[in-house]
Amino acid sequence: MKRIDHAEASSFFIAEKENEAFHDKRLWDLRQKRDHQRDDVPEWNELRELASAIKEHTLSHLSDYLEQFEDNAKKNGAHVHWALDAEEHNRIVHEILADHGVNTLVKSKSMLTEECELRPYLARRGIDVIETDLGERIQQLDDEPPSHIVVPAVHKLRGNVADVFARTLGSDPDNDDPHYLSEQARVTTRPYFLAAEAGMTGGNFAVAETGAVVVCTNEGNADLSATVPPLQLASVGIEKIIPRTEHLAVFVRMLSRSAVGSPITQYTSHYRKPKDGGELHIVLVDNGRSERLGMEDFWTSLKCIRCGACMNTCPVYRRSGGLSYGGVYSGPIGIILNPTYDLRKYSNLPFASTLNGSCTNVCPVKINIHEQIYQWRRILSEHNQLPFVKKAAMKVTGKVLADPKAYRRTIAATDVAMEHLPRFLLYTRFNAWGKQREVPVTPDQTFHAWYLKNRGTS
Amino acid sequence: MRVALFVPCFIDAFFPEVAIATLELLERLGIEVEYPLDQTCCGQPVANSGCQEDAAGAEALFVKNFAGFDHIVTPSGSCTHHIRYHFDAIPQTDEVKQVRERTFELVEFLHDILEVDAFPWAEFPHKVGLHNSCGTLRSLRHASMSELGEPFFSKPLALLSKVKGIEMVTPSRPDECCGFGGTFSVFEEPVSAKMGYDKVTDHKNAGAEYIVSADNSCLMHQKGCAERLGVDLKFIHIAQILNGDNA
Ligand code: SF4
Repeated sequence: MKRIDHAEASSFFIAEKENEAFHDKRLWDLRQKRDHQRDDVPEWNELRELASAIKEHTLSHLSDYLEQFEDNAKKNGAHVHWALDAEEHNRIVHEILADHGVNTLVKSKSMLTEECELRPYLARRGIDVIETDLGERIQQLDDEPPSHIVVPAVHKLRGNVADVFARTLGSDPDNDDPHYLSEQARVTTRPYFLAAEAGMTGGNFAVAETGAVVVCTNEGNADLSATVPPLQLASVGIEKIIPRTEHLAVFVRMLSRSAVGSPITQYTSHYRKPKDGGELHIVLVDNGRSERLGMEDFWTSLKCIRCGACMNTCPVYRRSGGLSYGGVYSGPIGIILNPTYDLRKYSNLPFASTLNGSCTNVCPVKINIHEQIYQWRRILSEHNQLPFVKKAAMKVTGKVLADPKAYRRTIAATDVAMEHLPRFLLYTRFNAWGKQREVPVTPDQTFHAWYLKNRGTS
Repeated sequence: MRVALFVPCFIDAFFPEVAIATLELLERLGIEVEYPLDQTCCGQPVANSGCQEDAAGAEALFVKNFAGFDHIVTPSGSCTHHIRYHFDAIPQTDEVKQVRERTFELVEFLHDILEVDAFPWAEFPHKVGLHNSCGTLRSLRHASMSELGEPFFSKPLALLSKVKGIEMVTPSRPDECCGFGGTFSVFEEPVSAKMGYDKVTDHKNAGAEYIVSADNSCLMHQKGCAERLGVDLKFIHIAQILNGDNA
């Protein structure tokens, strides 16, 4: 698998000046709204501690809580399925749908189903999947993955959306009024809600003591997906378990505040039982999660509640756009999750960070995101996943830095220009520094030389 | 009190005036400063690239040069961050641990250790924007962090407020990373440059004539961006202002 080139992809996004500027501003806006919400909750940092502790407790007793969840969900009359990986998940979902003769499935946003690539899997088997979240629908129509886990089409301007809709829904290409556009999405999606034989959601939380799946949305589309068709499916990652309903009092307070700076999502729906005459199927999915749980440096990434706050605050993400990460997850959380799926493919991502640490500070469950990014760099190096040139440059640099005489010689050779900058400062992508930046003027003498001359030692 | 000066590689090569200002400032404050001549670098550029084992030689040499001092002072936040939190490519003997614990970034040293309350020689009649590098802000805790909503504090501003004539201005996103990020600046050139452009523009819009920082690497990047962009700004290390260098 080819390595994702985040730097190159980001240059394309930055070249779309208006999109980049809007993207940066819109997400920074969300970050600021989040700050205001935080200020309204004086116990914010205690809540973060608590959220983190609940998650760590649950993850360290995960099998017990999963079994408890299964028992209770079954008592409620739900069917519970276990999927080891994406393939098994898709097969289970397809079997359920095929058993019921389903041709059309309405679905609300779920990163897990993106992870499993469910939509193309079902499409190949003749089942139409209609995304009902507005942003996700835009992305589906444009045949692109979501670029953000909460606002999937945030990299698009409304003019881009008008183009997509004109092309796929036959709407007016010159009308980019947001009301008009969302109305277009609504009227073209509504019929599917009525016709669909099955509805599917993800799950933000799965409560062990009650067997309930909890879904938080702002558009109410999950509720339509879940409640209109008789057959209901929910795919839930095994890390979404929380022990008790009361724990929602911590997470629900933080989720929407962190995500979009609103006190709560418009809809927080608790699904427990199948509707009368219907069926409820819950698919619990591992897909690499238990393996991650065993990774000493990275298991706490499973605490993630997918709020997207780390992406909104990330200065790199805001400028490069989510698609530049080339994976299901983007931004800081994507950098630490994606390499667990494919180390080589995502080996450049841990370097798409300045390690500034803002992500760690906003994370409502206190994942040490930027430290995990740093740690991934070490792991990549140990697994020989650094490009050869970089690796070789670091070897030479390491040697020079360990030897004062060699070091002095290198420094002495730096007094000319860009091409002669010491390799350990600018050793890669020839002249990458000078493309959009001026090169520092080299002084007449180093401090070392000044010191010897002026303070006359040795 | 035995105090050693650590001059990071890029300051040695490109910004000798920053090291000179640091040395002179410490001397003005009555400190006798030693400069071990065999020093090179703390190994950060190598370790940050993930190449832990290649950093071992630089780390061992660093300890050899700086063992035995009461304080090791350096005008670089990012190097201090590295030494304090990531300097572990070599076995952590008591000597290594001691060197790590005794390494201080200049602002910390002035503010927390020396508790300097006046710089009578310093005057800087200009509008200045402060750039807290991410290492000084979120790791060394120079200032309150906007993400956490904690009560306001700022060690560099506390020091700068003692300089005659200085007027501080505040950009709209004071905490935002400027995009230097060490090797990030070249491996991720497009984003790095864009972040730098946005950073200098933000300071300019706030009315700054100068950007001051405790990290010269960020300033080198920002200066390169401002010059290319045609934004008229000057850049200065905090040691130079506190030392009374009238740029
Ligand atoms: S890592 Fe933290 S901040 Fe990022 S999406 Fe997950 S919970 Fe939210």
